[in-house]
Amino acid sequence: MASMLKGIAASNGIAIAKAYRLIEPDLTVQKQTITAPAEETARFQEAVNVSKSELQAIRDNAEKQLGPDKAAIFDAHLLVLSDPELLGPIEDKIQNEQVNAEFALKETADMFVMMFEQMDNEYMKERAADIRDVTKRVLAHLLGVQIPNPSMISEEVIIIAEDLTPSDTAQLNRTYVKGFTTNIGGRTSHSAIMARSMEIPAVVGTKEATESIQNGDLVIVDGINGEVHINPTPELVQKYEQEHAAYEEQKAEWAKLVNEKTVSADGRHVELAANIGTPKDLEGVKNNGGEAVGLYRTEFLYMGRDQLPTEDEQFDAYKAVLEGMEGKPVVVRTLDIGGDKELPYLDLPKEMNPFLGFRAIRLCLEEQDIFRTQLRALLRASKYGNLKIMFPMIATLDEFRQAKAILEEEKQALLNSGVEVAERIETGIMVEIPSTAVMADTFAKEVDFFSIGTNDLIQYTMAADRMNERVSYLYQPYNPAILRLVKMVIDAAHKEGKWAGMCGEMAGDETAIPLLLGLGLDEFSMSATSILRARSLIKRLSQPEMEQLANEVLTMRTAEEVVQAVQSAVTK
Amino acid sequence: MAEKSFTVTADTGIHARPATLLVQAAGKFDSEINLEYKGRKVNLKSIMGVMSLGIGQGAEIKITAEGSDEQDALNTLEETLKREGLAE
Repeated sequence: MASMLKGIAASNGIAIAKAYRLIEPDLTVQKQTITAPAEETARFQEAVNVSKSELQAIRDNAEKQLGPDKAAIFDAHLLVLSDPELLGPIEDKIQNEQVNAEFALKETADMFVMMFEQMDNEYMKERAADIRDVTKRVLAHLLGVQIPNPSMISEEVIIIAEDLTPSDTAQLNRTYVKGFTTNIGGRTSHSAIMARSMEIPAVVGTKEATESIQNGDLVIVDGINGEVHINPTPELVQKYEQEHAAYEEQKAEWAKLVNEKTVSADGRHVELAANIGTPKDLEGVKNNGGEAVGLYRTEFLYMGRDQLPTEDEQFDAYKAVLEGMEGKPVVVRTLDIGGDKELPYLDLPKEMNPFLGFRAIRLCLEEQDIFRTQLRALLRASKYGNLKIMFPMIATLDEFRQAKAILEEEKQALLNSGVEVAERIETGIMVEIPSTAVMADTFAKEVDFFSIGTNDLIQYTMAADRMNERVSYLYQPYNPAILRLVKMVIDAAHKEGKWAGMCGEMAGDETAIPLLLGLGLDEFSMSATSILRARSLIKRLSQPEMEQLANEVLTMRTAEEVVQAVQSAVTK
Repeated sequence: MAEKSFTVTADTGIHARPATLLVQAAGKFDSEINLEYKGRKVNLKSIMGVMSLGIGQGAEIKITAEGSDEQDALNTLEETLKREGLAE
């Protein structure tokens, strides 16, 4: 029967394909007494062998698609399935206690999981998850249920999930995954950001996608309107196929702007830059006509591994990005770890309020080895392009001064030892803490630029955790409070002859762009896939008119009023 | 029985990747192979056993092998430790 779910439009476009549920099956185990232990042992060994060959295939696939580094984790998983200390006790249990294989496996694995979880080391605790992962696969085979293997998908699908984690998305094959829909999440959740960078339509926060959609259901993901249609009527499919074609046509139209400058109708130039996470993302920046990299999130270099990246590894990545951009500006944000982004191997204590805790520049100023290594790698790479360095989570002028002093020390040390460093490297800050926005006029005298990080600025200003759906209504980019802070930052920069950019989601938002243009923003950094649409929009806008509009909305009372004012001004 | 002691030099100690390499190497031999650290002895063919030791940089470890191919096994493991810059 045809039905429809509403959610949050997280990534533009329309996809029509069969559903693939990326959902854990029920792996509840019952204890049973058995009469033929030899057969039960054979059944267990068979499940282990099937699991091994699956893992081997996943491993080889990961090596091909993601490189040997990412495949290494599966080597460890494979060894767990050959581990005599795990298999021995399970087989003994089946023989001696005459229990079913499922129960013997669960009991034994749980014991190991507990042992690792109790270890006084965050890294070891993570190993418990590995054991759980591997035994789940064997258990699924014993129970005769299907465990999803997203990396092995070989036909066009729409992924249905509760939520998608970074490791889930890393396994997805971009050729076959046409779109996805999740129960939870919002526009800035990881799954949404990934969908935009993969350029596939997504609807998140549908609350009940996993309940309503079965494997093989035909699903339409409408990432423009935030709708998911399940087993739609042929008429509706046809309507969406036409819309899909129209959207592709629109994209082709935008594609013509790829080599053009971004100029408003009355001739003001602004810079449209891209947010990237790895050198691999440069291809998207080029294909979408990015004029710069406005935010290089370096934390991806540190994530998904078990130790810090070396200075040379970092140098290679930074050099690749700087060279790849061929002299266009590249704003590199120094390590922004903590909050929702953890590094197990740093073994940092859990915090009550990680978003307000020991993270980003706070961590870097304390753990200076990590910070200095990154700065040296950046300085060494600086001669290969137009590098600008940006410090995240700056709350006080003193933090900026300390960070800058460390940068200067490392620069002098390199120069003294004969290493070439670019003569001029702009240093700026992310403005994402309200105190810094309020004090922007004093910061502007010392920094070379500002980049407003709206995702965090909004959550800190509204005191609303952006991961918490129950307060997601407070994530209000158009709230006059946010717009006034943005104006303060831009005005402060301009007063000192500096530039102001924005690298949060808001910079690529169609409702926000007219206002930001009006407020005088110089650089808009967004998902690469949003650039051409933004360019096309800005070409139709007049700077003086948007300035007038921006001045009007700053005196408005609510976010709703602001949205209405923008819509009636821009669509007229 | 063949045995040899080493000092771990890798700054990450014997964690995931190094442990994987050692256990893979040990698995190729018939001999019983053990790893000793701080008075605890584990089966070197067991990834969980090796990881559970939590061996860090500077640790003094001992590898023992007993069986038909004990010397071969010990030589191969020594070579793996050195080639990967894990211990000396």
